[in-house]
Amino acid sequence: MIQVDNLVKRYGDTVAVDRVSFNVSRGEVLGFLGPNGAGKTTTMRMLTTYIPADEGRATVAGFDIRRQPLDVCRKIGYLPENAPLYEDMGTVDYLFYVAEMRSIPADQVRGRVARVVEVCGLGPALSKKIGQLSKGFRQRVGLAQAMIHEPDILILDEPTSGLDPNQIIEIRSLIREIGKEKTIILSTHILPEVSATCGRVIIIADGRLVGSGTPEELAVRARGGVGVTAVLRGEGGEIEGGLRGLELIRNIEFTGRAGEGLRYRILARDGANPVRLAEAVSGLAALRGWPLSELRPEGATLEDVFRELTTREEG
Amino acid sequence: MQGFVATYKRELRGYFNSPIAYIFIVVFLLLASWLFFRGFFLYGQADLRPLFSLLPWMFLFFVPAVSMRLWAEERKLGTAELLLTFPVSDGQVILGKFAAGLSLIVLTVLLEFPLLILTANLGDVDPGPVIGGLLGSIFLGGAYLAIGLFLSSVTDNQIVAFILAVVVSFALFIVGESLVLVTAPQWIAPLLHDLGLGAHFESMGRGVIDSRDVVYYLSVIVFFLYLNRLSLSQRRWA
Repeated sequence: MIQVDNLVKRYGDTVAVDRVSFNVSRGEVLGFLGPNGAGKTTTMRMLTTYIPADEGRATVAGFDIRRQPLDVCRKIGYLPENAPLYEDMGTVDYLFYVAEMRSIPADQVRGRVARVVEVCGLGPALSKKIGQLSKGFRQRVGLAQAMIHEPDILILDEPTSGLDPNQIIEIRSLIREIGKEKTIILSTHILPEVSATCGRVIIIADGRLVGSGTPEELAVRARGGVGVTAVLRGEGGEIEGGLRGLELIRNIEFTGRAGEGLRYRILARDGANPVRLAEAVSGLAALRGWPLSELRPEGATLEDVFRELTTREEG
Repeated sequence: MQGFVATYKRELRGYFNSPIAYIFIVVFLLLASWLFFRGFFLYGQADLRPLFSLLPWMFLFFVPAVSMRLWAEERKLGTAELLLTFPVSDGQVILGKFAAGLSLIVLTVLLEFPLLILTANLGDVDPGPVIGGLLGSIFLGGAYLAIGLFLSSVTDNQIVAFILAVVVSFALFIVGESLVLVTAPQWIAPLLHDLGLGAHFESMGRGVIDSRDVVYYLSVIVFFLYLNRLSLSQRRWA
C-alpha cells in the first residue's frame, strides 16, 4: 500500500528526515516509534503531502506523493498531532464540512456521518462545540473526520498523546478495531502502545531509520540491555564474586545500600531471558544463605531499545 | 468546486460565529453614518461624496481586520495541516477564503443603502457617482482583501498579519496620491499615479466606470492571490 524510498527532508542545515525507506502492506498496522523530534511527524507530513520531500520518492496506494498529491489525499485519512480542529464549529457541522471537502455525494453524507459517530462513540459530543470538548473527545472527532470517506489508509500522529489512561485504552481498542480492515501508520513514543496495537514497528532516531521488526523481535533485541535488580544481605565481595560466577551474567553494578542490604543491578548476557536470570540469582542466594529482600526483572523500555540500536550501529 | 463551496461556507460562518462580523459591520456603519450626517446637519447637504472620499482610508483599517485571521489562525491552531491535506486544490481554498471575506465587505457596503435612499428622497441625486462609488468600494475592498489574505499566510500571528496588511495596503494606496506625486521625479509620477489604489477609486467615484480601472483592480487581486498560492506551495511553516 505504501512504499517509501529514501525520503529526505531538510530544514536549513538540519536534516529532519535522512534517507528513510520502508514499506507497508495492505491491512498492516505499522508503529512509528521514536523520541520527540526524531522525524516521525515530518515523515508523516511528507506522506500526507502536507510538506514536500526534498529528495527520494514515495507512493501511497500506487500514487506518487509529488506528482499526484490530490489522489494521495483522497486515499488517506489523516489525524495530525493534537487533533487540530476548528474550535468554533459544532461537532456535527464540522463532520458535514469535512464530508463536503472530501466530495462525498450528498445522498451519502448523512449515512457516513452517522456511521463515524457510532464507530467513534461521539454521541455525547454531538450537541457541543468542538472548543468545549475534552481532549479525549476531540481526539475521537479527529479520528471520525479521518474515517468519514472510508479511506483504505489511516495515518495517525500520536493518537493517544495527552489523554488520561482510560481514554488511552479506549482509543487503542478503537484503533485495533479499525486496524482489522485498514492499513494504519501510527506514531508514538510509548513502547507499550506499540505492543498493544501494532503488528510491525519501525524505529526512527535523529531522522534515520535505526530498526524495524515485530514488537516481540524488538523486545528480544533489547534484552541485551536489561537484567534484574536484586537486594541481598551479606558480605559485599563474597556476593559479587558469587554472582559473577553465574552463567547468564554479563555485568554487575553495585548501585547502593538499601537498609541492611546491598543493591545490585545485574545485566543479562545478550539474548538471555531476564526471568531465567532472576531464578538463577534467587537460587544462588538460597544456596549461600544470603537473605534476599528484593528481586525484580527489568523489562525492555524504549530507552533500552534505543541505546541498544544506536550503540550497535556505532560499533 | 465542492472544496470552494465548503471553504466559503465555513469561513463565512466563522465570521458570524465570532464577534468579528458584527463589530465590523456596526463600527463601519457608525462611521459612515457619522460622516454622512455631519454634512447633512451642519451644511444641510445630502451628499455622499465626503463618505466616498474617506472610504479608502476606512477600508485601510477595516479590511485587514477581516483578512488577518484567514490564514494566520489556521497556522496558529494547526488546522491548516488538515485543510491542506484534504483532496482539494490550494486554489479552491484560497478563492473560498477570498470570496467569504469579500461577501462580508459587500454586505457591509450594501448596508449603506438606507443612507442612499434617504439622500435620493431628499435631494436631486446623480445616480452615476453613487453606483460608481459602490462598485469602486467593492473593487477597492477586494484589492485590500487580496493583499491582506496573502500577508495573513506569511505569519501565524494575527496582529502581525493585520499590521503588515495595513502597511502594504497603505504603501500601494499612497504612491498614487498627490502627496507623493509632487515630490516624485517628473518621469515616474504618471506611473506611480496609475499604480496607486486610490486614483482608480476616485475616477470610479466620479461615476466613470472605465475598463482600465476594472482591469487594474482585477490585476491587483489576481497578483496577490497568486502570491498567496506561492506562499502555500512553499509550506515552510512546520
